[in-house]
Amino acid sequence: MAMVCMTVNGNPASGEVEGRTLLVEFLREGLGLTGTHVGCDTSQCGACVVHLDGAAVKACTVFALDCEGAEVRTIEGMANPDGTLGPIQQAFQDHHGLQCGFCTPGMVMSAAALLAETPKPSEAEVRTYLEGNICRCTGYHNIVKAILAASGQDVAAAAAE
Amino acid sequence: MERPKTLAEALEALSRDGAQALGGGQTLIPTLKQRLAAPSVLVSLSGIDEIKGATVADGTLAVGGGTTHAAVAREAAKAYPALAWLAGHIGDPAVRNRGTIGGSLANNDPSACYPAAVLASGATVVTNAREIAADAFFDGMFTTALEEAEIITAVRFQVPERAAYAKFPQPASRFALTGVFVAKYADEVRVAVTGASEDGVFRWAEAEAALTARFAPGSVDGLSVAARGMIGDLHGTPEYRAHLVKVMTRRAVEAAD
Repeated sequence: MAMVCMTVNGNPASGEVEGRTLLVEFLREGLGLTGTHVGCDTSQCGACVVHLDGAAVKACTVFALDCEGAEVRTIEGMANPDGTLGPIQQAFQDHHGLQCGFCTPGMVMSAAALLAETPKPSEAEVRTYLEGNICRCTGYHNIVKAILAASGQDVAAAAAE
Repeated sequence: MERPKTLAEALEALSRDGAQALGGGQTLIPTLKQRLAAPSVLVSLSGIDEIKGATVADGTLAVGGGTTHAAVAREAAKAYPALAWLAGHIGDPAVRNRGTIGGSLANNDPSACYPAAVLASGATVVTNAREIAADAFFDGMFTTALEEAEIITAVRFQVPERAAYAKFPQPASRFALTGVFVAKYADEVRVAVTGASEDGVFRWAEAEAALTARFAPGSVDGLSVAARGMIGDLHGTPEYRAHLVKVMTRRAVEAAD
């Protein structure tokens, strides 16, 4: 066991972990931040996407000890300071961008990473960026709409079918 | 797990019995989960700043072994657009933020993208101990010329006059079902194929000769690739991959600029 220290959603976080402990296990079991989901555990599905020093990563495929000193942001850090939904989260609700909700934390974190890089993405750019995030309910259209809406673009014309 | 800050510390840690270098972990961590590897110590290279980043000088692009795919896609975009395009189409965005060029080359997955670029560019793989020419580096599926505890510190690419990578992706794994990198230099054209052969990445000599004589998509029309030795799995037969080699070579020549 070794001690790991990082900043999670702006707060200092530390704990004893094994060498093999994954970042997602540390977040969920060590810190109780269960908003980050484990879908496939094989880095395919993207349900576990978080931001590590500002970059989207799959938390099931990063060791906790490799995040020593890092800034981590999870879905719990996406709400507004007063606890209401953040703009991307609100757009997912407004545009029915989720059904069962299992993939949603990863979708929102990937969307946030995309919009940080590309503030006004095209529909094609949104779909390409979500290549590593799998949703089995929505068929993606409403997720794409939600992300375009969160970027401040008119979604009436986009992703209609 | 060890997390050295310098190359020297990493080499010392790797000298221990059963130690294994960990790049971005996008292949090694899934491999560990499947219990296909069980190193006693992992030496993470992600904290070593001296092996990160890309620099250009005199027509040569040097990429640090610890540079992520996302960083190569950004930092090589002007100097070597075909390489940047390849890096920007590996896996998915989250994988590209962790996976590194050194890790990909050291693993030498037969369907990985980078080996095609390195072999087609005649690049030089630089390690802590020596420099290895691309033609001597790849040694069949998952095998390279690297010794135990040898770390890829950089890869040096002579930037070609024209180049492109054409990838036929396997959509579930996001690896190349077949990918072809074509690089045109003043005196020769090099063609490297990944994803197709059971021996891993290889140069297609007949296409190189035809394209050196005339660099045009039609130059490969009269050629054919034998299915023998090609990978056959549920995603494609050996015959299918052999056909793809030619199709993707043609597409790469069409796209080369």
